Amino acid sequence: MSSPAVEIAGLQVVRGGRPVLDGLSLTVASGSITGLLGPSGCGKTTLMRCVVGVQVTAGGTVTVLGLPAGSPPLRRRVGYVTQAPSVYADLTVRENLRYFARVLGAPAQRVDEVAATVGLEGQVDALVAALSGGQRARVSLATALLGSPELLVLDEPTVGLDPVLRIELWDAFRRLADAGSTLLVSSHVMDEAERCDDLILMRDGELLAAEPRQALIARTGAADVEQAFLQLVTGRQAA
Amino acid sequence: MSPQITLATALRVVGQLRRDPRTIAMLVVVPCVLVALLRYVFDGQPETFQRIGVPMVGIFPLVSMFLVTSIAMLRERTTGTLERLMTMPLAKLDLLAGYALAFAVIAVVQAAAVSAVAIGLLDLHVAGSTALVVALAVLNALLGMALGLFLSAFAATEFQAVQFMPAFLLPQLLLCGILAPRDSMSDVLRWLSAVLPMTYAYDALSRVAAGDGLRGDVAVDVAVLVAAALASLALGAATLRRRTA
Repeated sequence: MSSPAVEIAGLQVVRGGRPVLDGLSLTVASGSITGLLGPSGCGKTTLMRCVVGVQVTAGGTVTVLGLPAGSPPLRRRVGYVTQAPSVYADLTVRENLRYFARVLGAPAQRVDEVAATVGLEGQVDALVAALSGGQRARVSLATALLGSPELLVLDEPTVGLDPVLRIELWDAFRRLADAGSTLLVSSHVMDEAERCDDLILMRDGELLAAEPRQALIARTGAADVEQAFLQLVTGRQAA
Repeated sequence: MSPQITLATALRVVGQLRRDPRTIAMLVVVPCVLVALLRYVFDGQPETFQRIGVPMVGIFPLVSMFLVTSIAMLRERTTGTLERLMTMPLAKLDLLAGYALAFAVIAVVQAAAVSAVAIGLLDLHVAGSTALVVALAVLNALLGMALGLFLSAFAATEFQAVQFMPAFLLPQLLLCGILAPRDSMSDVLRWLSAVLPMTYAYDALSRVAAGDGLRGDVAVDVAVLVAAALASLALGAATLRRRTA
């Protein structure tokens, strides 16, 4: 098996004097889809920011594709989509994608390719300001796909999307993983966990589990991931 | 730093401004209207209009570019596009130089329009080179941009960013010598005015208006303005963080 895409050891993040992540250790297997699940406020976004290297950390190490997170060579190899769409509302979809493609040094034809991947080929000439929230989120996602990154870090990419589109996007994620990319996708919708190879379950800045989905189900004897999550939480409270 | 990324950034900023024709119109028309207003406010004292007209032509771009840049950069911060760019292979200088390039183009248009109105229609007399007045106006625009870029890091909201204009630029306007000669100010204010960049902008423009060329005191003023713009660009770059808490 190839070396993990992400290796985290003893990661600590303190914000406002309060630990947000307290000594987290885990790995993300390369070429897989890893789901990062947990309730809102549990530290999912902070963990993703650490992987991308935009978060100030208080301790521990985060190694991404063999390099310290945030190293300059990783800026071409890692794609990051924040929860709030971060694109220019006063430009069209195409203008946004063309600008970010130039920054990433991606070929111009990638603009149309990624627009099609996220199902926006019909809206490329629309102003982002005129798009719905879900469409804006897809522009933001398309931007991260431009550079064909080896690691894609997606923070709640399917929030507010209609179910058909959600399935289409997950199919697209699967194709990317099959082509060798690694995806770290956060969600607070447990049913999306069923589409992941590996799962990281978090609660209150702590790791409940980080293992292949099948192994988690087998170990807990739960019917689905939601059940497994509840069992792990109650098990911890009892202990 | 990469010229392609800098140019792409400049084109992107121009593209955004193009979508906002009202802002462009105001950037160009408002200084022209204000300089016309000034001409008729001093209708009975043409010598006052002659003294402050040329410096005003060169100082408008500083004020408007300061405002436009601080809001534009604040938007990059609050919409998350700055953070996205910081995760990409873009040098901080690419971003700053891209903004500088885009706004320099606007500044040339602005300075040319207000000079044409003031000199062509309002009989403002420039004993020195008119081209030098426009060049100084562009330099001031770049200085305003650099200051706006730097100060925007200290504004959390657009309300705060707008307040930096009266807080930061109005005192400079009061102290630069345009209202009262600096020699007649109290010592403390005179010393203070000596470390404020707008003082050098006023000094250079009023000397060119009186017939000086780009040498002697004017050259010193220009050197100070360039140094101030570079220093605040460097400070501005230091406020762009790849990692945040």
